[in-house]
Formats: sequence, structure tokens, C-alpha cells
Amino acid sequence: MALLQISEPGMSAAPHQHRLAVGIDLGTTNSLVATVRSGMSTVLQDDHGHALLPSVVRYAINGEVIVGHEAQAQQSADPANTISSVKRFMGRGIHDIVDRAHIPYRFVTSQQAQSSKMLQIDTRAGLKTPVEISAEILKTLKARAEKSLGGELVGVVITVPAYFDDAQRQATKDAARLAGLNVLRLLNEPTAAAVAYGLDNASEGTYVIYDLGGGTFDVSILRLAKGVFEVLATNGDSALGGDDFDHRIYCWVLDKVREASKNFVPLNEEDTRLLLNKARQAKEWLTDNFEAQILCKLSTGTLVDVTLTAPQLVEITEHLVTKTLSPTRKAMRDANLSIEDIHGVVLVGGATRMPHIRQAVEDFFKQEPLTNLDPDKVVALGAAIQANALVGNRSDNDLLLLDVTPLSLGLETMGGLVEKIIPRNSTLPIARAQDFTTYKDGQTAMSIHIVQGERELVSDCRSLARFDLRGIPPMAAGAARIRVTFTVDADGLLSVSAREQSTGVEAHIEVKPSYGLTEEEITNMLKASFASAATDKKARMLHEARVSAGAIIQSVNLALKNDGHLINNAEQQAIRDEVARLEAVAQADDAHAINQAVEKLNQATEAFAAARMNASVSLALSGKAINSLEM
Amino acid sequence: MLQNHFQLFSLPKQFDIDVKALESNYRKIQSASHPDRFVNASASEKLQSMQLATSANEAYQVLKKPARRAQYLLELNGVNAIADTNTAMPVEFLMQQMEWRERMEDAKAARDIATLETLNAELHKDARSIQTELAHLFDRQNDLSKATAETRKLIFIDKVCADILHAIEQIE
Repeated sequence: MALLQISEPGMSAAPHQHRLAVGIDLGTTNSLVATVRSGMSTVLQDDHGHALLPSVVRYAINGEVIVGHEAQAQQSADPANTISSVKRFMGRGIHDIVDRAHIPYRFVTSQQAQSSKMLQIDTRAGLKTPVEISAEILKTLKARAEKSLGGELVGVVITVPAYFDDAQRQATKDAARLAGLNVLRLLNEPTAAAVAYGLDNASEGTYVIYDLGGGTFDVSILRLAKGVFEVLATNGDSALGGDDFDHRIYCWVLDKVREASKNFVPLNEEDTRLLLNKARQAKEWLTDNFEAQILCKLSTGTLVDVTLTAPQLVEITEHLVTKTLSPTRKAMRDANLSIEDIHGVVLVGGATRMPHIRQAVEDFFKQEPLTNLDPDKVVALGAAIQANALVGNRSDNDLLLLDVTPLSLGLETMGGLVEKIIPRNSTLPIARAQDFTTYKDGQTAMSIHIVQGERELVSDCRSLARFDLRGIPPMAAGAARIRVTFTVDADGLLSVSAREQSTGVEAHIEVKPSYGLTEEEITNMLKASFASAATDKKARMLHEARVSAGAIIQSVNLALKNDGHLINNAEQQAIRDEVARLEAVAQADDAHAINQAVEKLNQATEAFAAARMNASVSLALSGKAINSLEM
Repeated sequence: MLQNHFQLFSLPKQFDIDVKALESNYRKIQSASHPDRFVNASASEKLQSMQLATSANEAYQVLKKPARRAQYLLELNGVNAIADTNTAMPVEFLMQQMEWRERMEDAKAARDIATLETLNAELHKDARSIQTELAHLFDRQNDLSKATAETRKLIFIDKVCADILHAIEQIE
């Protein structure tokens, strides 16, 4: 056996080739960061040896932003300025939060007409969007990773619940941007877990990932074959998780206290937070014990002393467990599979530690679920493996994830009905077009309203965005042909374009969801976080332009070296000329000029890129007989 | 380079395809073209990747599902199976359709999931025998007119099955 290599402390294992990339699990309750070191996916710890960072952000009196354990410890004392479970509010409006009365934050909606409808929380540091609060968590993890790995991160993979809609995904990506992270990919949490699991166990077959986190529930069905993870179906509930179990216990305790004391006054913010914490502790205690005592003194002087037994917990949360089984059945039906087809069931998320959840899953699938990886860490570990592959650190390019869109995408037609363009569980990336026509004679504009969801009425689906196609030439009703194209990229993000076929009039938008932040809002937030000076921003733009120029030069040179023979000498020379031009421009301090030269080089390589793609597909189909024998 | 879906997956242009080969070639094409392979590439390569991965996904869905595969084969032969002019349907199949629809509506009203599932299984069995027939009509007899009629039946059965699944979902 070869000797094992040990690197210098704080240094990555292979200094010259290895690019620093991490996977981040931005969770409702806890967040983690992991990386692949010496071929092993590892969760990175903070200075105190903690792997889990509580997803709690406190805006302190001295202006400091405190994230993690310390913020969590101060939660009961300063509930209005200590935000937990912020993931539940990502990409959401104030009316989406049904149990507002039980959440100790001051929610507001921006009054400005131009800004987004995403809710905001009024803290002592001012109004904060969930995107900004999440960015604080991401910044903390970024700092942890860069300290531990000893360098700047090339990119990150951030996980999201598979059942997150477009607005929630976009909000997550915006938060990463605010935190100064380069997002390589948004990855669905159950898929990440499957990667960590599948690669560890070298499994082949069809697996179910049952992922009950702090605030979200996902179920995904995947087929694993030869390093390809193909998601067959996914379903879930983006507002169901361990928090709901805590909340159920909290309500139960309140009922008991009310029964005992005649003149019970409603709880203030501090007491609400205190009791919710006690409820969570009781839930966790009951995983290994028969009964839990909930004992605390409220600020009103009322003493709370109740005992919750394990069977009682099962009874009061039974409906929540049942609520997870309906999406599970839907996913099985969409994948066209029956229980016998399932080779294994993997449990993910801290909430799956509850014995009655395990039992329910076991009863449903008639097999004992797999739990040999830590359900809190498995998502981050999988994300790190994907991040490592995406930046090109994996020598054998055998890992590939084929994910799906969780919810159908469509648009509004006459009568408030939804016409589905992309059905749920379509493999990404996907593009679909459909033709529509005008309703009235002489109609010159068309309003396009994009929605996401499974229901037939627009009012029952989530509204994503609206835009107008103008300049349609006046024609008789029904004569115009307007082709609307939906494209969903590998991150699960949608863009839509509309084009009148006879005139070529076109409109296109990157769907910025109604509950997302506007570009201007993000720019302002970025400005605020780089408050020092405009030069800071300029320096950063120049740095970014140079980094991307360096990356493209490297990639084009490598492509020419390997596949130059696919095009003729003149074509090769034309590309080399553009490379030389870019190299020269990159020496100077003009970010705009660099970006333009990058764009020109991109144009110059179009035909070459097409030739390489064809060659690589032909090779994949014909020349890999040896590889397939090995598997 | 324009190629049809069968050529893309290196499969013979016929109804009866080797599903294992389709799946395996699909994975190979995605392994070579998926955007995940081009995260650090130039914009032109990213665009190529996006386009090819998207068409491979689309083509895979068409070839994988028998009704869509049959429809596509007809399309390649210049026949639009779902054209408005193409409405001929044998009387006994129309009767059969009505019976299925009635059973579905009754079970839906009674919120009877078991009956809906039984009906779904029956329809799948019928679909399989139509597929056997289609393989014969397309690949051996090259009888496009009969193949069109059978394809229309298959498309119809798919629709009823989708409605049944939708009904089950509504009840749950």
C-alpha cells in the first residue's frame, strides 16, 4: 500500500491543482459547511469544535451581528432581534405566514411600490429581508471555510429543499450573492443526501430519500446507475418540519397551563420563545426516553410544570406524520413505482430521529430505513462532493446528477385558468414552447402571467411573475401566433421569453419572482455591505473580471490543446488571436474592456464549442465500451 | 447537424426499441453534455451544453413513453396522429372509452381509490397489448394507417390514466 500523504496544517492536500470548493447546507434549524479533503467529504468545524451552526442571527445593541450558538443562547432574552428559522420566510410574503401570532418577530411589508413584496422583519438594526438574514449565516460559514482551508473559495454548492419553488430558490441565490459567494449550483437536499449515501455505499438501484428537516419536508425517488443519480420524482411540503412538532408541543403545554390556572394571560415574546425552546428540548429528549418534564417559570410568575410522555407525543403529532405520507404516495405514483421496486429508504434531517417517524416510514415501505450516515450532516457532505466535482477536482468524471422540477410551471389563460407548459418532475435542464393567440381584434399587447403549482385555477397557484409583450401588429382575434418559451436551468430557475412569430417582436425576462428582491434592491444591499467606498466596488469588479478572464483563457487553451484538430488552422488562429487580445487587455485596469474581450472570445469559440460537443457525445456513445465493462 | 431522436441515441428507427440501450445511451449523452460538466467553461460551451442536454432530455421523454414514441414515428413519416382531421375511431373503442370514463366518474364520486387503482391497472394491460400490436404494424408490416389508429387509442388510454391519477390525488 502506498504511503498516505499528510498536508501542512491549514493547507489543502494538493496545492497546485486543487480548487477550494465547499458544500453548504443552509438549514432551517442548523447550517453546515463541508468540503472534500484527500478524497473524503468532511464537515468543517468552528474554533470550538462545533460542526452545526444554529441558523440564528441576532442584531445586537452595539450594532454587531451575532450568528450561531451565541445568538441562540440569547434568543429568549431578545426574541424580537434574534431571528431563527428564517428559511421559512425566504421568498415569502407576509400573508404566507399563517402562524404569525406565535412568532415573536415584527413582520412588515415594504410600502414602496417598486420594491418586492417579500416580507421584512423590523429589527433594531433596521428592516431586514430574509435574504439579508440568510446572507449573515452564509458569511459566517464562508469565513469558517476560508479559515479552515486557508484560501479564497472558488465556488460553493448550496442546498435547497427539493420542493422549494422558484421564488425560494431565487432568494437563496440572492443571499449567496450578498454573502460574496460564487454559487456553482443550487442542489436539492434529498439529491445531495443520495450522493453522500450512494457513493459511500456504491449502491445501484432505486432509492427513496425521506427528508424531514426543521422547516421543510421533501421526498425524492432516485435511480442510481454507474455514477448517474437520476431523480425520477420528487414531492414534499415546503412548510412542514421539526418546527411544527415543537409548535404542537408548545400548544399542548399552553392548554395544560390554561387548564391549571384560571387567570392565564397571553404570553409575551420572551415567554413564547422560552416555551418553544422547552418544547424542542422535550421532543429531542423523547427520542431516547419515555417521558420529558417541561419545567420553567414565566415572566408573569406562573410556574409551568408538565410532563409529556412518548405515547402522548405520538398522539398529538400524528397528523403531522400523516401529512408526510401523502407527498410520499404522490412521488411513488409519479415515478410509476410500487413499494417492491424500492431497494432502500434513506432518512435525512434531524426530525427523522423521532422514533415514530422512523416507524411510520418503515410501515409505509415495509423495510427498515437506512440511517448509517448522520441525518444532520449527510446533505452537506453530498453538497461538498458535488462542489468538488463541479470545480473539476474529481479526476474520474463519473458523477452526474439529473434532477427534476418539483412543481408544474404554466401561465394564465382566459378565465383565470392555468395552462401547464412544463409538468412537474421534468428532468432539468428543460425548454418547452407553446403557441398562444390574441383574444380581441386589433390587440397589440399581451400580458403574460407565470404561475407555479398543480391546481387548475390561477388563484390556487403561486404567482411567479408578470410581463408584457408589446408591439404585436393589429390583426383579427386569433390570427397572431405568440410563442412562449419556458426554460428551466440546472439550478431549477426559470426564464421565460415570448415572441410574435410573424413579426419577430420579442420579450424576455429572467423570472424575478414577485416575492423576490429586485435587482436594484440587491445592488443597494451590496453597496451597503461594501459601504467603505466606490473604489472598493471598482476594485472588486476588476478582480472579478480578471478572474473570469483567467478562467476562460485557461479553458480555451486547454480545449485547443486537446481538441484543436477538430477545426482548421485558420479557425484555430482566429481563436488564438482573441486569447492574445484578452490577455493584453487583462493587464490593464478596465473591467469593462476585459468583459468585452471575454465576450469576443466567447463569440470566436462558438463553432469550436459545437464541434467539441459533437465529438464528445460521439465518443461517449461509441468509445466507452471498456468503461461500461468495468462497472 | 440535425438528427432525429433515434439517431441521437444511436437506435434503429422503429417502435420496438431496446429500452436498456436507450437508458444507457441517454446517461452517456448527459454525462458528456450536462451543464454540470461546463461550470468553468466559456459561455459558448455553456450554451452548447444547455442546448444538447435540453434536447437529450426532450428526446428521451419522447422515446421512453410508447404513446409519444408512436406519435413521433408517425410524425417522421409525415402523419399527425392528433390532427383534427384524424378523428376516425372504431365504434367499439368509443364504447369502451365511455365505459372507462363512467367507471372513473363513479369511483371518483364514491371516493373509491381501490377501484380507481384497479381501473388504472386494467388500462395499463390494454395499453401493453396495443404496444405489441404497434410493434407489429410499424416494424414488420409498415402499415401506417392502422398504426395511426392504434396510436390514437394509446394516446387516449394515456389521457384516461392521467385523469385517474389526478382523481386519486384529489381524493387523498
